Amino acid sequence: MEPFEYAGPTTPEQAVERLAERRGESELLAGGCDLLALMKDRVRTPRRLVGLRGVAGLRDVSWGDETGLSIGAGITLTDLSEHGEVARRFPALAASVAHAAGPQIRNAGTLGGNLLQRPRCWYYRLGYGLLPRHDGRSMVRAGDNRHHAVLGNDGDALFVTPSTIAPLLAVLGARVRLLGPEGERELPILDLYRTPRQEGEREHAIGDDELLTAVLLPPPPAGLRAASYEVRQRQTLDWSQATAAVALRMDGDRVTASRIVLGQVAPVPWPAPGAEAALAGQRLTRLALADDVLVAAGRAAVTGAQPLSQNRYKIRLAEVATRRAIQRAARGEVPGLDSMEGGSP
Amino acid sequence: MAEDDARPAIDYRWPENPTLLGRDISRLDGPAKVTGHARYTHDLERPGMLYGAVVRCPHAHARVTRIDTAPAESMAGVRIVRPVKSVGDEIQWALAEVVYLAADTEARARDAARAVVVDYEVLPHHVDGSDRENGPRGSDPQESSEGDPDAAFRAADRVVEGTYAIESVAHSCLEAHGQIVEWDEAGDEMTAHCSTQAVSSLTGQFAETLGIQASDVRVICQYMGGGFGSKFGPDPWGIECARLARAAGRPVKLMLERDAELTVAGDRPSTYARVKVGVREDGTVSGWESESWGSGGLGGAGSPPIPYVFSFPDRRHRHDSISTNVAGSRAWRAPNHPQACFVTLAAMEDAAAALGMDPLDLLLANLQHTPFAETYRAELEQTAEMIGWRERWRPRGEGGPESSGPVRRGLGVALHAWGGRGHRSNCEVHIHPDGGLEARLASQDIGTGTRTVIAIVLAETFGLGVDDVTVKIGDSRYPRSGTSGGSTTVGGVSSSTRRASMNARARLFETVAGKLDASPGELEAIGGTIRVQGDPSRSLTWAQACGTLGVNPLVATGSHPGEGDLDDSGVGGVMMADVSVDRETGVVRVVRMVAAQDCGLIVDARTSRSQVEGGMIMGISTALAEEKVIDPVTGRMLNVDYESYKLAGYADVGTLEVHLMDGPEHRARGPIGVGEPPVIAPAAAVSNAVANALGVRVPHLPLTPRRVLDALEAHATRRSPAERSA
Repeated sequence: MEPFEYAGPTTPEQAVERLAERRGESELLAGGCDLLALMKDRVRTPRRLVGLRGVAGLRDVSWGDETGLSIGAGITLTDLSEHGEVARRFPALAASVAHAAGPQIRNAGTLGGNLLQRPRCWYYRLGYGLLPRHDGRSMVRAGDNRHHAVLGNDGDALFVTPSTIAPLLAVLGARVRLLGPEGERELPILDLYRTPRQEGEREHAIGDDELLTAVLLPPPPAGLRAASYEVRQRQTLDWSQATAAVALRMDGDRVTASRIVLGQVAPVPWPAPGAEAALAGQRLTRLALADDVLVAAGRAAVTGAQPLSQNRYKIRLAEVATRRAIQRAARGEVPGLDSMEGGSP
Repeated sequence: MAEDDARPAIDYRWPENPTLLGRDISRLDGPAKVTGHARYTHDLERPGMLYGAVVRCPHAHARVTRIDTAPAESMAGVRIVRPVKSVGDEIQWALAEVVYLAADTEARARDAARAVVVDYEVLPHHVDGSDRENGPRGSDPQESSEGDPDAAFRAADRVVEGTYAIESVAHSCLEAHGQIVEWDEAGDEMTAHCSTQAVSSLTGQFAETLGIQASDVRVICQYMGGGFGSKFGPDPWGIECARLARAAGRPVKLMLERDAELTVAGDRPSTYARVKVGVREDGTVSGWESESWGSGGLGGAGSPPIPYVFSFPDRRHRHDSISTNVAGSRAWRAPNHPQACFVTLAAMEDAAAALGMDPLDLLLANLQHTPFAETYRAELEQTAEMIGWRERWRPRGEGGPESSGPVRRGLGVALHAWGGRGHRSNCEVHIHPDGGLEARLASQDIGTGTRTVIAIVLAETFGLGVDDVTVKIGDSRYPRSGTSGGSTTVGGVSSSTRRASMNARARLFETVAGKLDASPGELEAIGGTIRVQGDPSRSLTWAQACGTLGVNPLVATGSHPGEGDLDDSGVGGVMMADVSVDRETGVVRVVRMVAAQDCGLIVDARTSRSQVEGGMIMGISTALAEEKVIDPVTGRMLNVDYESYKLAGYADVGTLEVHLMDGPEHRARGPIGVGEPPVIAPAAAVSNAVANALGVRVPHLPLTPRRVLDALEAHATRRSPAERSA
């Protein structure tokens, strides 16, 4: 990797200062699961690393009946999944986090790092850029795009957003807190993600002098049922090929409101308002996978999907993930350690 | 050894009532490996060692137009820079080596490699090995024909056609290729610490290329992190490492990085095939016609042995070798057999399905065309019993009894064959006056348990335990022994060790016979003693017996091949897979796989089973996940790390059960290797089980969700007109 200097701040404010001093040349280092690999491959070549290990308060979790749950972005995925308050208030989140990546990565990787990890697109990882072009055409469109986007793919950004946790946080109404030189700001988690329109733009709406300090979850309303469903090919450490996260508000067995967000199908976590509309007012009893309501919701979730040359199957996967996440949420199922991606539904 | 000639002939054979052979014995170097004490080539360091690095071409096909090494040469700590390509040279695959260099630290070496400037004229590339129409040919087509297939098809009740594909896979050695080379001060003699399957033969290969004497080359490999057929030679990077080290006057370490390891250090060729099978209603195959094509890189790919195992009397096969701008393939564990097995056994299962027949019955109906009909029959019965085939198998598409909702269960079967005759091997046994007993061979343990097997044979012959003996291998200064490839090692080293041990034992008996007031021919080595046969009262302890040797050790040698009938060739095996397939996500899971394997005389049951289990895991991995993805745009391999080159993990392989065929008729054959055989059938068995579960052949391996869903969709499209009219 390229030589770099290392700054070890002890407060969030110091961290932001260290970033701002070499703005555009610095990267934050949390668990390092993604960044160090990118640096070794020289996909990222920061001149300064601002280490977050010694920064106070970044791993705190607190609950307020009015304010909800505040989760420090520096908490490891293992600690997050095992936190009593998280498991009690948001069991679907605890389950999702407990199944992210593998044990070693969960032990080192942080919530903030998971949300801000870079795309796994193999062209990006080989150093061709996020919007790679070759002889005036998109490398991804002309090349091997089996793992690429089927939604939100009208431009040159064809990678898929990697986090499986972000969609679930989104349907739970999460906001993220960012600290910059001018102070703090908060935004809905979906606004943290954006589709770059030109090479060099980052896929996260975070300034290069800002620090993600916390994820904020409002108190879950009565009757909230949330779940996510990931289609993973391998049970061993593997990326989801399509994820659906669902939050339902139920009055008895009737859906009064819902949020559905997909992952790994578009450059950003992809809200599915059509699917939400398909569920509105519906009764979800004795759900079967072929149930008309679920089928309609699944279809609606992928409205506007445009396959590239090799990834038609991902549309189907997103549909199925949506149906199964709805079903799982409606049944109040929190998957056990062995079956995050289902198996027999 | 002239004095040996005067002795009565030794009757070389395996013991009839062994105490160690065939038992479950843990591999002797297991603790060293799991505790990290075992030092692999990758772990070694030598005093004053430099680190090598390689400048590689990023293009699949290009011509070098400029090489400027000056920026690297001027960097502090960079000791030597050696281009191996010149301006004007054509490069035929991505990540080909252009410049080698060595520097004081690994980081500096890599920085220097990046500082070298190489310009290219990029040329058009061809990387699609499935493109039979446009692909350049790697060699002439291979054609073979027996009997009259056309007449056989006319006589068939049904003619079933299918297409099949299996993509190129990497060897995935956990320890990448590489070595450390050091020279003596005069630069005359070199020592290479190599991750290799060929300790003995590397000496001559290094020497020939470097223009030195083979006797001036020493090769050492104590522990080895996987080769699978890709580590037989010194490799261009081994030769260049030696040149760097000689020029620099210091040891140089050069291990491939993972992207290069996956891209240029060998792979298994892809295979695409069309098959036509003629069958009679009773399931007997009356005719076979197939054409296959595929690529293993620039040199193309040789023909897989199709039809596999079954020598149908009326058959025809043609193979086209497609040349691609991809680094050359190498022997991949049972070269070409897994692809041939998949194509053949899938086509036979499809024929059974067309007849509405249980594929197990179809295989049984055709065993007369195989080399080991009786072995296969016993193994098919054995595996069917283990997996509950007769109770649980359902016709294609009905789904096994455990099916639930969109998750369908299915069973599949496949069988395989391999030779595995013992290779040439020499063993030297030393009996030390202090009781030490030692075998020396320039063999290597490539992870298969060779060290343990030698210890068992040695200890068995002397009536000792495996902990009482020492095995010294992995150094070319020991007596030459064959390369570990083709499942030939266990037959070779066991036989040479047995002969050397029996020779040494006979001479020890001569030495101690007088002490026991007996003739040498009356003695036996048993339970840590040397005694008169069957008479514990006339015995010496092992230590006492060795004490009679005086000050010098007794040294005896043994070779393979040699006197006595200690080895054999040819084993068959059967595997059955039980899978679940989610029809909606296309996710395939192996629930369980069972194997029955013939391996002749079992030396160590535990490491034999471990070999079979390892083959099953590797085979399942290629069935479900593994595939080298070559980018049509850049010609580069895209999945050059283990995040995107997917290997099955422990959780993905299901429950594995292995039955080793045993009995007098197997033991009489001597040990036969099982390195290759168990990796052959898993892909075919899994593919067949998926077809059984879904009712649709997913013709393309690996069986990713994409391929499963595409096959289901294609099937639905084909059927939809009929369904609409209904």
